[in-house]
Amino acid sequence: MSNDVPTDLRYTKSHEWVRVDDEGIATIGITDHAQELLGDLVFVELPEVGSELGAGAECAVVESVKAASDVFSPLTGEVIEVNEVLADAPETINQDAYEDGWIFRIRMADPDELDALMDADSYAEHSESDED
Amino acid sequence: MPYRPFVLPQLPGYAMDKKTVLNETHREMGARMVPFGGWDMPVHYGSQLDEHHAVRRDAGMFDVCHMTVVDLRGAAVRPFLRRLLANDVDKLKVAGKALYSCMLQADGGIIDDLIVYFLTDDWFRMVVNAATTEKDLAWIKEQAKGFEVTVEPRFDLGMIAVQGPQARSRAEALLPQALRAPAMALKPFSAAYAGEWFVGRTGYTGEDGFELMLPEDDAPGLWRALAEAGVRPCGLGARDTLRLEAGMNLYGSDMDESQSPLTSGLTWTVAFEPDERDFIGRSALENQRSAGSLARFTGLLLEGKGILRGHQRLFDGEREVGETTSGGFSPTLERSIAMARVAADAGEQLTVDIRGKRLPVRRVKMPFVRNGKPCIET
Repeated sequence: MSNDVPTDLRYTKSHEWVRVDDEGIATIGITDHAQELLGDLVFVELPEVGSELGAGAECAVVESVKAASDVFSPLTGEVIEVNEVLADAPETINQDAYEDGWIFRIRMADPDELDALMDADSYAEHSESDED
Repeated sequence: MPYRPFVLPQLPGYAMDKKTVLNETHREMGARMVPFGGWDMPVHYGSQLDEHHAVRRDAGMFDVCHMTVVDLRGAAVRPFLRRLLANDVDKLKVAGKALYSCMLQADGGIIDDLIVYFLTDDWFRMVVNAATTEKDLAWIKEQAKGFEVTVEPRFDLGMIAVQGPQARSRAEALLPQALRAPAMALKPFSAAYAGEWFVGRTGYTGEDGFELMLPEDDAPGLWRALAEAGVRPCGLGARDTLRLEAGMNLYGSDMDESQSPLTSGLTWTVAFEPDERDFIGRSALENQRSAGSLARFTGLLLEGKGILRGHQRLFDGEREVGETTSGGFSPTLERSIAMARVAADAGEQLTVDIRGKRLPVRRVKMPFVRNGKPCIET
């Protein structure tokens, strides 16, 4: 099965994506592949604005009809915004994982951490090998 | 990957990835397949929520070929089943009638839950769970010693459940001619058969419908024909949310050998009358009953946002009083619900521990949903 993997984003092995703007703000969500594996999402527990996250920290939970999954912060930084839309419409992630379905934004503490993340090609390969 | 596996009961020790006769059909029709109790089964065909709603509002179907049909034949089949099962097959007076029962160990622990059909004086048919099949057959054969009864698992039969308000009318034309009129005339919880085709007006969703047993080779053709007739193919994901809403226990989650029917919300399935019927587990259940203070099996509604799952701890004030046995999102109620086992003296308003936070839950009477309609206030 192949899923949408935009080339302008960076990715984690745990299926988060990261979009970085010019001001060092990183927007984070879960990939199209992840939402498809999870199935219909029915609840999202968002991180708290103002909390400080380390790279790899559990910071949110997405729950589908069938399972709960942790979301890990790909980067170190402070949470500056969360996607409140998801509180009432978690299915937004199923519908548009990379745009309207973003989960939280952080102010990056260490932009060098981006180098450790995967590009689209590597992630596409990783997510395919991840299929049963 | 961090995704916790789809938690459904899996008993250890069985060969993995057995395939039902519909396996190829599921793949060709776009199902997402997952391991389930040693079987490679469809979890959904695209959207578990849409499949759930299709069953509540129209018609859906499930591959239940992994479950096992067991035919019991012989002159002593009725006395044997009156010994084997906690419910009393003497309630079955009319050929074709079905009964839900637990099969117990001597200590009252539940070996399995099953449906048994009375067909003739020397022929009863049972349907048992997939993951428990081997242990069930071993137990039944052991208990049958000394009775004039043969125990024959029918691995040659497939089973498809067609469920929903429109299920029977959609399925009618696809039944063998000889079975159509008898099938449509069935009352709930009864069955008819013609040749190797067998139709029960039973199910595991809280909706009207049929469970169809038929020769395995006929199953893929029937599955495709039902789909063409507008019956939506559904996965085990929707089957789980539907049975949860319907307040129907899942073996391995809501009960197992460590629990009796009396602590699993299944007291109604135990026939203590007549007094002289000595079914396996009877004295243990009588002791439990007279000792009192038995754990209560209850429905729960999560008051706020979040999702209840199995094995979450429950509190009455600061006192821990039990745990959820299965839970999830109710697509019909758009709220989270669960089944739980709690102390006899637990209150009506409890809290549940979800990832370290205590959230309020309210005890409610099950079922949560029946025949498309909510049965509880949300």
